[in-house]
Amino acid sequence: MFFTYLRRELANRRRQSAVVAAGMALAITLVIIVSSLSAGVEDAQDSALSAVYGVGTDITVSSPAEGPNAGGGGGQRFQFGAEDGERADGSTSVVQSRLHLSPGTASFSADAVDTVRGIADVEAATATLSLTNVTFEGEMPDPQEGGGMVRVAPGGGADGEGGSSFDVTTFSVLGLDPGETGVGPLTSVAVSDGRAPAADDAGTHTAVLDNDYATGAELAVGDTLEIGGTEFEIVGLVASTAATGASAADVYIPLDTAQELAELDGEISDIYVQATSATAIDQVQADIEAALPDATVNTQQDLASTVSGSLATAASLLSNLGTWLSVAVLAAAFLIAALLTMSGVARRTREFGTLKAIGWSNGRVVRQVAGESLVQAVLGGLVGSALGVIGVLAVNAAGITLSSVTDAPAGPEGEPAGGGPVRIGPGSDAAASTADIVLNAPVSVQIVLLAVGLAALGGLVAGASGGWRAARLRPAEALRAVN
Amino acid sequence: MYTLSNVTKTYRQTNRTVHALRSVDLSIPTGQLVAVQGPTGGGKSTLLQMLGALDRPSSGEVRLGDAVLSAADDRELARVRARQVGFVFQNFNLIPTLTARENVETALAPLGTAGAERRRRSTEVLGRVGLADRLDHLPAELSGGQQQRVAIARALVKEPEVLLADEPTGNLDEVTRDEVMDLLELLWRDQGLTVVVVTHDSAVADRADRRLYIADGTVTSGAPRGRTAPRPAAAGS
Ligand SMILES: Nc1ncnc2c1ncn2[C@@H]1O[C@H](COP(=O)(O)OP(=O)(O)OP(=O)(O)O)[C@@H](O)[C@H]1O
Ligand SMILES: [Mg+2]
Repeated sequence: MFFTYLRRELANRRRQSAVVAAGMALAITLVIIVSSLSAGVEDAQDSALSAVYGVGTDITVSSPAEGPNAGGGGGQRFQFGAEDGERADGSTSVVQSRLHLSPGTASFSADAVDTVRGIADVEAATATLSLTNVTFEGEMPDPQEGGGMVRVAPGGGADGEGGSSFDVTTFSVLGLDPGETGVGPLTSVAVSDGRAPAADDAGTHTAVLDNDYATGAELAVGDTLEIGGTEFEIVGLVASTAATGASAADVYIPLDTAQELAELDGEISDIYVQATSATAIDQVQADIEAALPDATVNTQQDLASTVSGSLATAASLLSNLGTWLSVAVLAAAFLIAALLTMSGVARRTREFGTLKAIGWSNGRVVRQVAGESLVQAVLGGLVGSALGVIGVLAVNAAGITLSSVTDAPAGPEGEPAGGGPVRIGPGSDAAASTADIVLNAPVSVQIVLLAVGLAALGGLVAGASGGWRAARLRPAEALRAVN
Repeated sequence: MYTLSNVTKTYRQTNRTVHALRSVDLSIPTGQLVAVQGPTGGGKSTLLQMLGALDRPSSGEVRLGDAVLSAADDRELARVRARQVGFVFQNFNLIPTLTARENVETALAPLGTAGAERRRRSTEVLGRVGLADRLDHLPAELSGGQQQRVAIARALVKEPEVLLADEPTGNLDEVTRDEVMDLLELLWRDQGLTVVVVTHDSAVADRADRRLYIADGTVTSGAPRGRTAPRPAAAGS
């Protein structure tokens, strides 16, 4: 009886059923599109972050870039003695490279890694030292006296005083534990030539280069590269496996070698931490903050806010406008369904009164009313899901490209501290990576189930309000109510 | 067997109180065909609601057999309506979206009768009221007399103890009225039902073996008998 009656009501009251179902369908379409796009944008943000922080990094630890250990400080000046360089025709040609802490970065004691490893629910932790190599190359007129100093205009690479000409080139150097493969920057790269850093590289002058950087600088495996005034052998090239194609640094060298060349013995700039489970992340973050009160401790979530560009715009658009729009349309659909059901019950007073008069219990009448709205809403939900999936597939087919700008590790935004003669601005290669990601919104079974569940919930809300009205109806109304 | 003792029903509204029934004492033996007459607003429908377990009196006691309807809760009243009482309404009150047979089946739904059995019994009862060839028609596709026959089939399919009808012929023309009354009388004789019919129509009332007259909430037995004009109130329904 329940299903016969249900079927007949829906078939004979098509207009009301269609309005309820259409409202629900619209709401569900929006919910699916917004949720899928949000998931797609989140995936894009994850891949933008994993390019820089490695895959599986839950938390990073760094030191605020202020105070005596900050990078980009007064040390960035090149001093040339009278004996330096090659003299020719009254001018001196010089090449000098220096390795120092990256701007916006500060170093801290490597003891912190052991502290972090000792914290409960920490699966793995590894330390890196983020450095910038600046190479000065140029000619300058013979100094009047025994020594000279060059001042480089902000932005670098301009002519110096007195008719000298020179170039300043920079690349980023990341000192890391060459044996660590579980966590850290090397988890998001794959060897494209030569080999990956290995545990016994520690202490040696071997370097692995980012493929893109090597191509641009015309370097290959077997070549040498001068870093911080020391020759390094290039033993491998690696390419980013992240969808953004961006990577953490141009050059990777063993951590101990990096510390020695940068005169930062026992110092590191970042710790990459992996928690045992996603649910442990917040607790681990709190524990690290307690153990290292001076450190900056970021979770992936915190880091997501460092991604900027159109990707970030899309993310905030979806999480603000998209979410509110879905909630508003969903609420409106619920309300329309509830009101139409209630007015439908009012219109059918005599019908329900009659059924009660011939012995239908309140429960049976309420079930019938609720069943009708539930089916209307779920039908709408299914139509909406289909439309939503088509919409998402259309967005994917359109191949929308989002650009992301990700700050380098431990690089809080803002000016580097201090202000030496050579200044590497935050916009330089060393400080941020930009990448284009094609938006691919996943359509997951969960999202569709959630959407249909929401529609069913709306149907139940409507059914409950209509049923409440039907339950209050006195059976004697059947005798009274006239057409 | 109905026993009503000192039954009153009062409707309280904001500014006035309506005494729809005033201390009614009444007993109706099983198997009687009773006609209830009286002026409009006299309390006929209210009395039928008390008999049909649709409502409880304000005071007094209503019994159907051993069941005290005046003291039963809503669930028990619904159960009495489902098993023991068949209702026929002036406006037929069929479910417009259901076919004739499905309408009859609605009366068996609360009894938990299985689908096949429900269909068999409904088809059989519709045959008995002369609608064997109208099983799959919607109410809108049936004449008034046919609709009322479906309603009678719906009231009878559960094999109730009593059949209550509130002006069952009020919306029918004279020919159809007589057909419907013939049918009711036939069923009453066949099945030993107790039948209570509210009617304005003396032609209908004349067929009853007992007539009750209600005016201003007070029941007088057989009052109109012996009067020259048996229609006490000419007011229409
Ligand atoms: N739910 C109610 N609320 C208030 N007053 C009511 C209600 N039901 C009935 N009444 C009043 O009770 C009195 C008896 O009503 P009832 O319907 O029993 O009359 P009736 O004899 O059936 O009249 P009719 O021949 O017009 O159908 C009337 O005055 C009516 O206005
Ligand atoms: Mg009446």
